[in-house]
Amino acid sequence: MVFYRLMLLVGMLFPITVLAADSEIVLTIREHRFEPSELKVIANQKIRLIVKNLDATPEEFESHELNREKVISGKGQATIYIGPLKPGRYPFMGEFNQKTAQGVVVAE
Amino acid sequence: MFGTGIIVFRETLEAAMIIGILAAATVGIAGRSRMLLGGIAAGVAGAIVVALLTGRIAEMAGGTGQDLMNASILGFAVLMLAWHNIWMSRHGAALAQEARRVGHAVRGGEKTLLTLFVVIALAVLREGSETVLFVYGSMAGSETSALQVLTSGSLGLGAGALAGFLLYAGFLRIPLRWFFAATSGLILLLAAAMASQMARFLVQSDVLPDFGNPLWDTTGLLSNTSPAGVLLHALMGYDATPSGLQVVFYVTTLIVILFAMWMLRYRKDTISRF
Ligand SMILES: [Cu+2]
Repeated sequence: MVFYRLMLLVGMLFPITVLAADSEIVLTIREHRFEPSELKVIANQKIRLIVKNLDATPEEFESHELNREKVISGKGQATIYIGPLKPGRYPFMGEFNQKTAQGVVVAE
Repeated sequence: MFGTGIIVFRETLEAAMIIGILAAATVGIAGRSRMLLGGIAAGVAGAIVVALLTGRIAEMAGGTGQDLMNASILGFAVLMLAWHNIWMSRHGAALAQEARRVGHAVRGGEKTLLTLFVVIALAVLREGSETVLFVYGSMAGSETSALQVLTSGSLGLGAGALAGFLLYAGFLRIPLRWFFAATSGLILLLAAAMASQMARFLVQSDVLPDFGNPLWDTTGLLSNTSPAGVLLHALMGYDATPSGLQVVFYVTTLIVILFAMWMLRYRKDTISRF
């Protein structure tokens, strides 16, 4: 928490530097499930989401709330840029395995 | 099990709508069905190749290769549709009339037939590569048997193709004076819809800024997952939560094509007057 406040302070002093540095988050797919199933991200900042698919079968990352849709091949990985997001919850799912592959991005 | 059919149906529907509209727009041009079937065949072949290469394509451009490829395919299809509509705005009305009169044997549409071929191949390629991957993925999954996947997949494919055919058949019943306006109007909306999808891929790969995401949210009014939402998405690119850039691409495409069509029709009038 202190760290984020410090970042915020630094951010106010050097807004351009902070905007340029996208934060990066890794999401893993294993046995048709997302790990972690809840991704906490900083609000109002662009995020570089790296999705690693450890399964042999392809999966489609889909979220109406995030306005994103992308196929990740089996044993492959892909990059999806999301945000800047207003604080809130943004559900996403694996369209090819909707029963198990469910997750949510929490921006705060 | 039922899910496979629905996903295949949704992907097929998008391609089938495009094929149905283009087939209607080119009624009477000789050699049209050869180009139609050729386009579908080329698209299916391309889809299988792209599906096989997905992993490698995805790794390009820092993990955004697939988005860039999709954006290029859509951009090219938009150009082709624009060209088709502009060309037809000069010759289409006469062509349609002639076709009805002399019974489906009009020459002179070769140029637009090539765009027909390319657009159909690209549409089938794009929607098809996802479908191939999905069907492959479901068959490899342990929950459902390969036979079940193939059965419901074929049902979805058949239903999608039927929807495209119904659209085509519906078009043929439109009186001749509105026929041209109706087909070129829908092709115009298709082009704008593809431009909007292209914008989505450019935003998600961070090539262009989103100018607000979403710009508005009409999910409560008409969600993208409802049957009407799916149909409107396939026909005219309806999106309940579009980004600002999508709206910019959509509107710009509409205006540019309409303006070019209007310019050419105007010029033709002035030329024939002299
Ligand atoms: Cu699609």
